[in-house]
Amino acid sequence: MSQWTKHDLLGLDDLTKEEIELVLETAKSFKEVSTRDVKKVPALRGKTIVLLFFEASTRTRTSFELAAKRLSADTINISPSTSAISKGESILDTGKNLEAMNVDAIIVRHSSSGVPKILSDNLKASIINAGDGCREHPTQALLDLFTIKEKLGRIEGLNVGIVGDILHSRVARSNIWGLKKMGANVTVCGPSTLMPRGIEECGVKVSHNLSEVIKTSDVLMVLRLQLERMQDKFLPSVREYAKIFGVNKEKLKHAKKDIVIMHPGPTNRGVELSAEVADGEYSVILDQVTNGIAVRMATLYLLLGTKEGN
Amino acid sequence: MSLLIKNAMIVNPDKAGKNSQDILIEKGLIKKIESSIKDSAAQTIDAKGFLVMPGLIDMHVHFREPGQEHKETIESGSKAAAKGGFTTVMCMPNTSPVIDNKSIVESIIKEAKRVGLVNVIPVGAITKGLKGEELTEMFELKASGCLALSDDGRCVTNSRLMRLAFEYAKMVDILLIQHCEDHCMTHQAVMNEGLNSTILGLRGWPAAAESIIVGRDIELAQYLGGRIHFAHISSARSVELIRQAKAQGLLVTAEACPHHFSLTDDELKSFNSNAKVNPPLRAKEDVKAIKEAIKEGIIDCIATDHAPHTREDKELGLDHAPCGMIGLETAVGLTISELAKSKMLSWSQMVERMSSAPAKILGLKLKGEIKEGFDADIVIIDPNKEWIVSENDFVSKSINSPFVGRRLNGKVETTICNGKVVYQA
Repeated sequence: MSQWTKHDLLGLDDLTKEEIELVLETAKSFKEVSTRDVKKVPALRGKTIVLLFFEASTRTRTSFELAAKRLSADTINISPSTSAISKGESILDTGKNLEAMNVDAIIVRHSSSGVPKILSDNLKASIINAGDGCREHPTQALLDLFTIKEKLGRIEGLNVGIVGDILHSRVARSNIWGLKKMGANVTVCGPSTLMPRGIEECGVKVSHNLSEVIKTSDVLMVLRLQLERMQDKFLPSVREYAKIFGVNKEKLKHAKKDIVIMHPGPTNRGVELSAEVADGEYSVILDQVTNGIAVRMATLYLLLGTKEGN
Repeated sequence: MSLLIKNAMIVNPDKAGKNSQDILIEKGLIKKIESSIKDSAAQTIDAKGFLVMPGLIDMHVHFREPGQEHKETIESGSKAAAKGGFTTVMCMPNTSPVIDNKSIVESIIKEAKRVGLVNVIPVGAITKGLKGEELTEMFELKASGCLALSDDGRCVTNSRLMRLAFEYAKMVDILLIQHCEDHCMTHQAVMNEGLNSTILGLRGWPAAAESIIVGRDIELAQYLGGRIHFAHISSARSVELIRQAKAQGLLVTAEACPHHFSLTDDELKSFNSNAKVNPPLRAKEDVKAIKEAIKEGIIDCIATDHAPHTREDKELGLDHAPCGMIGLETAVGLTISELAKSKMLSWSQMVERMSSAPAKILGLKLKGEIKEGFDADIVIIDPNKEWIVSENDFVSKSINSPFVGRRLNGKVETTICNGKVVYQA
């Protein structure tokens, strides 16, 4: 198996296929830890990990924190309301102050694309991107890949549809890079006003016909429709969006028998996904949440844990 | 005291001299140009091996005074201009307070005179406070020393108001300079809209937001018969519209900036906020179109849009950092490296784009040429000198340049303004 050499995890854009496979393999062995009675291994004992979330998050932050704790690392949470950030301190200042406290890794989420990259260019600590602007959300895509492989046994050759607001979705971007590298065929499907310019040049097909996409898909990734897109007038109404781009039982009639329905959460039930589909037989939404911890444990372990072994 | 430039290989817009000549300067004017002048009393500069051009004219700089003197002042900006070979600059009105009345125009002219390095001509606002609501008192702005008006940084997007500006400015006989941007299309935009913005997840500034305004103002020029100058043109489509307008004989002129012919939006891939500029760096095809337009004269002149910002401001991250980069001290190097070295632009054409065309657009009758009786604004350039742009070498108060570390050809040796040496390498 290939060696892990990366110091940071900024995106799937800069990971190789082999590196992605290594994360997925490593995650497999960590998944079992969370099923134990005592859910802890000493792999990262003595390491300090900061969760620096400039943007609200429950799921991702909790998942990262549990992953770090189950590896015995010490964690600390910093969010804008409880720190100097609201006093106008620059991101770099915050990072440098954290570094002065000898932290080993910073897990960062920020509404601006590129913030993790700027931190990694200037700090010695490992930087893990927990979502930057509309750019990347690498651990989400890794856990999606892990879940697909777990459910269907492979990724290569699969047809994957990504449905919704592609323009603003970092989950879509990370998944496009990951899926393409792993050999899947990707189709993005959504309203034309929420389709970023030049996306075809990233090696994906573009469709505005959900039923057609469903017919050929092995996996359907449904994205959350942010309500603020309505305020920005990207769409005429939620009603029309739900009707045309919402995934429901009716539209799944002609789907493959073993289609896998995914969603990064939290879902707007009745908008992008009907309740019966979200809770139905094809949905793997809760598996994604479970796998998220294993994948994040693998990521942290590869970034922080293997150095002493060398 | 008189000044004598010996062995000058003079480059004028119409022709570049084959034999070197001497230039005698007295009382701020070019007194005599002859093959051999002897004047033992004069201060002598030997220009052997260098090119001697009329002083460069930059129609577009931001000197930040009054209001943001920590970024640049008229004094530091004048020094940067002199070092860059510019003898006349036009400073944009988005200061605080805005240059929209006589007293501010006069205070800028007064301070520039006190500094006494280069000619600083204020650009007045088109609308009061740059608010896009009411026209400024254009007669008074002109009388107090403005040669042009612009809301630079903001576009006059209201078409009715722009129509009125056209009509009023035509009566006053003052040039309007448009910052072409349909702000509705560029809200919170960070970079050019295209594959790179898609990959980087950054909000896009579509090229069409520029050409829509170029097209609209061409329609107004056609309808009302006024003059319009387009600032910092960045896209291939805008170039095409300007080309058509000129073919129809409309009174439109345009400028482009060195960064728009030297860099593409690939610069943003490293999230370098010094590459965030408005209008944004564009795609390869746009860069190509801008270069060709400069060669053909569809783009009349090169302007820097010198826009100083502090390091702290630029460290706010791409979404929040202000737009702009400094440009006065790199313009000659970039023009020579990107355009003249490859012979895309002859030396005469370089003089045309950087001195005589702006002089003509602004009606500066005694500038833009090295000729007896003309103002003694002269730049001496070593066209072959190779140098590396370094943060430490800027005399501007700010260092926000994406060109730091870049190897350039061509450097200013001496700048003479109003008969006085204002910069010597």
